[in-house]
Amino acid sequence: MSSTAPPSDGLDHVDERLLRTTPLKKLLARPELGSVVGAIAVFAFFSIAADSFLRPASLGTVLYAASTIGIMAVPVALLMIGGEFDLSAGVLVTSSALVSSMFSYQMTANVWVGVGVSLLVTLAIGVFNGFMLTRTKLPSFIITLGTFLMLTGLNLGLTKLISGTVSTKTIADMEGFPSARKLFASQVTVGGVELKVTILWWLGLVALATWILLRTRFGNWIFAVGGGADAARAVGVPVYRTKIGLYMGVAFCAWISGQHLLFSFDVVQSGEGVGNELIYIIAAVIGGCLITGGYGSAIGSAVGALIFGMTSKGIVYAEWNPDWFKFFLGAMLLLATLLNAWIRKRVEATK
Amino acid sequence: MTTSTKTESVPLVELDDVSKYYGNIRALEGVSLEVRSGEITCVLGDNGAGKSTLIKIVAGLHRHDAGTFRIEGEEVTLANPRDALDRGIATVYQDLAVVPLMPVWRNFFLGSEPTKGSGPFKRLDVDLMRTTTREALLRMGIDLRDVDQPIGTLSGGERQCVAIARAVHFGAKVLVLDEPTAALGVKQSGVVLKYVAAARDEGLGVVLITHNPHHAYLVGDRFVLLKRGVMAGSHTKDSVTLDELTRQMAGGTELEDLRHELERPSAT
Repeated sequence: MSSTAPPSDGLDHVDERLLRTTPLKKLLARPELGSVVGAIAVFAFFSIAADSFLRPASLGTVLYAASTIGIMAVPVALLMIGGEFDLSAGVLVTSSALVSSMFSYQMTANVWVGVGVSLLVTLAIGVFNGFMLTRTKLPSFIITLGTFLMLTGLNLGLTKLISGTVSTKTIADMEGFPSARKLFASQVTVGGVELKVTILWWLGLVALATWILLRTRFGNWIFAVGGGADAARAVGVPVYRTKIGLYMGVAFCAWISGQHLLFSFDVVQSGEGVGNELIYIIAAVIGGCLITGGYGSAIGSAVGALIFGMTSKGIVYAEWNPDWFKFFLGAMLLLATLLNAWIRKRVEATK
Repeated sequence: MTTSTKTESVPLVELDDVSKYYGNIRALEGVSLEVRSGEITCVLGDNGAGKSTLIKIVAGLHRHDAGTFRIEGEEVTLANPRDALDRGIATVYQDLAVVPLMPVWRNFFLGSEPTKGSGPFKRLDVDLMRTTTREALLRMGIDLRDVDQPIGTLSGGERQCVAIARAVHFGAKVLVLDEPTAALGVKQSGVVLKYVAAARDEGLGVVLITHNPHHAYLVGDRFVLLKRGVMAGSHTKDSVTLDELTRQMAGGTELEDLRHELERPSAT
């Protein structure tokens, strides 16, 4: 944020009351620091505990696992900075995939038509969340819990009604499938390592979200509506539109994730996605997002997702029982949050 | 504002017999006040007197139910705070003036951020924002250590001053201040009042809401007293003394009664 030095036009004299801040101290003030320390610790731990962890192929797998979570952790982090939750984010991914798949299949249309329809439907659900929140002024926890349950039911109910089973029919032989698969579920080989295209989506989204947060008016408003909605409204920030926009961001990324799900497996299980919403929130919190809003970063959410990827795959490479994953996750969440709080206190004290 | 004589005769803001009801509760009834350029109008009243309701009407957060509200002679009903801002009325609230976790410069431009570039590369003009913030604060006599620090790390008085400087910078014609000295110590109150006077000297009309007649009398030109939602008095500075203002504000006879109530019973 403060990497570029402003031009020296006499106004930027260094105030004698300011102690000189070292680059290290500036680094300490970043919200994602706690998660970076955590990520290094996890990386070091599994490098020692699992022999195969450091192989290029393993790292590709780890990055893929991180990217599938990271794509959703980015908008969820932005939403949390804006002071709200979205518990429907996990099943929304499944809904998006189901709409895309079933529309194409039932209409025997080019799969791209289904992809487009899915985008519209998913965005509409995001708008619904945001609109209900700003209209009713109920906590987002309640509103999106309602959407979560309704979507879970709809996913199963409509899929059974239309397809007769709990999963959709394969659309692998339909028109447009190869090109859609290329965009959402292909892989590229870089230096002998197979990398899934979702990693590119993920990095792109993180870069985009960081740009929006730190360098656009909308980003300024996101921090403001999360840090003090009344104060923001009083100076003319469109609080409602900002929040609805954030929910649309979650929906857009759910659409990307959903299409990836569909085009990598050809079929979609309608019961999937339940519980993932918490994983996205945990990734954002580990990445330094304040649960009360107004503070956090998109890069932090990416590091949070990376910790997830490393832990879930590291346990497999270490040949442990995967049941331990959840335990590690909980411990990581607690440690990262404590570390974040501790660092923030120290930084504010040195100011 | 065509001629100077016209600005003399037309107040920047004029409330005439304004009332506001919340359901069957009478929050404000028959209140009149005027604000002129380069003058400070003080609104005095105890808790629950209707000061907040009055400020919310002027700031565009609430609409008045009866009476007329004129801005530079034109009758208006404000739709929202943005509307009030566009008409030159800036409000500084006691507790929600700023977003504490955001840096000073982001707070300073919140809601009116300057951008550069176009299309997808339209971005905040961060350097301009930083230097302008520092300049605007210096012009008001505020020498801040670091515009990058979260505004929550400033003292209450400093935060009020930044909010006042912001209003002046964005060309507000009328500045509404909600209890700017309520939570402050003696020295800090003095500093804030100094900036209020500085804003007045820049030609702004100021509405100062307070329950402290001493602070009001120091800077005020006109005084409106509110009591239980109605006007209990309206004075100009030359028609009232501080003692008179204090007595009216404290409720005169009510204070006498209170003194009797609080007297030690040892006399009996």
